[in-house]
Amino acid sequence: MTHAQNQVARAVLEGPDIHRALTRIAHEILERTRGASDVVLLGIPTRGATLAHRLAERVAQFEGVKVPVGSIDITMYRDDLRLGPARPLGHTDVPAGGIDGKTVVLVDDVLFSGRTVRAALDALNDIGRPKTVQLATLVDRGHRELPIRADYVGKNLPTAKSEKVKVLLSEIDGRDAVELLKGAAR
Amino acid sequence: MKHLISAGDLSRDEALLILDTAEELARVSERSIKKLPTLRGRTVVNLFFEDSTRTRISFEAAAKRLSADVINFSAKGSSVSKGESLKDTALTLQAMGADAVVIRHPASGAPHRLANWVRGSVLNAGDGTHEHPTQALLDAFSMRQRLGRLEGLKVAIVGDILHSRVARSNVLLLATLGAEVTLVAPPTLLPVSVERWPCQVSYDLDAVLPKADVVMMLRVQLERMNAAYFPSAREYSRRYGLDRDRFAKLHDDAIVMHPGPMNRGMEISAEVADSPRSTIVEQVGNGVTVRMAALYLLIGGENQ
Repeated sequence: MTHAQNQVARAVLEGPDIHRALTRIAHEILERTRGASDVVLLGIPTRGATLAHRLAERVAQFEGVKVPVGSIDITMYRDDLRLGPARPLGHTDVPAGGIDGKTVVLVDDVLFSGRTVRAALDALNDIGRPKTVQLATLVDRGHRELPIRADYVGKNLPTAKSEKVKVLLSEIDGRDAVELLKGAAR
Repeated sequence: MKHLISAGDLSRDEALLILDTAEELARVSERSIKKLPTLRGRTVVNLFFEDSTRTRISFEAAAKRLSADVINFSAKGSSVSKGESLKDTALTLQAMGADAVVIRHPASGAPHRLANWVRGSVLNAGDGTHEHPTQALLDAFSMRQRLGRLEGLKVAIVGDILHSRVARSNVLLLATLGAEVTLVAPPTLLPVSVERWPCQVSYDLDAVLPKADVVMMLRVQLERMNAAYFPSAREYSRRYGLDRDRFAKLHDDAIVMHPGPMNRGMEISAEVADSPRSTIVEQVGNGVTVRMAALYLLIGGENQ
């Protein structure tokens, strides 16, 4: 049907790899924030939000800290809205305690141009004033177009700009995997 | 979607997209900063040829919350009172670079004509006795918010159907969304074509009330009542007004709606209007969010 389905998808990370990467990130968050006491995890829909919940589960499991977790939709803050038809909105769910004075960890599945994160920073600005903002991503595939970097990275994945990275998560897609699609002409 | 002129133009998916978008946008109204940057640099013109406070303010608030520039144009004291035609007004707006034109006009079909003359999107904010699609959308939104669903909902729309653009838009939209609508009115206040509408018709409010999940009372448009559609206001109120006794016939979860402005004591008693099962005040708030959703979906992206 579509061009993408005819392409060969190469699995870069399998389920257990994703599991281990998230476990490590959860430990790193605990280490860098000294026990995650003021941390709020905010995932960027759709898959970032799922990852944020997984990280929160692990943090709770390792140190018994219940970290507030939510999601922040960035659609209305995108810089490319005029390049296509209006997009449907994702779900924004800010935990009851808010984000003022907290350490917000933004969670996304793939870090690419950095434009999504830029939009997320703008969106945060309208919700409150966190003490610090950090960024966690499952895959960093390079090709940044803005001065943005991640604080926690599951896997650095060298890619060509024309390739596509697809993250599959069992909650949404039925299985866990990160796939690289060759030369998807956009 | 390029324009929003008739509720009947919306497919089920489009209507649900507007309602779902509105649901997300409703949270913006709860924040301390009630603003999104989405329509920065876009211009929305409110073109009102008929008096309206709540609809114009609602559209204005919606556009401003999305950071659009808003130009209000009302017929009174404008070039229209000097005899300018709708087409010339439209061309003026076109020259000003309006991305969206919100129009209210006493003539049915005016928004449709306007859509051929301007490049931007046209949103119908009420045309004559024809349609008022954003009102229907906010009504559907309010029903879904209170009752959790629209599919299979039994909705009674009561009153002056003949002159009501709200009723027509509601019937068309609710039919698309799977609700069952019954119009209740004296025969003189039903349009001739009503048997072709996707709904039931009844003359007996008391028979309809016990089964209804939603009762929507329409305003008796006293300004249009010169042709004596019913013998007296008192008689109308007795047969078609929602008072305490009739209210008691509704089942416990049923809600009462009214698009406003109300004639308290005429089509609805003050007691019913102020009851916790009346959605009249929240309909106003929902109006802003639903209009934000419509504006975003129409001009938030690139059309074609």
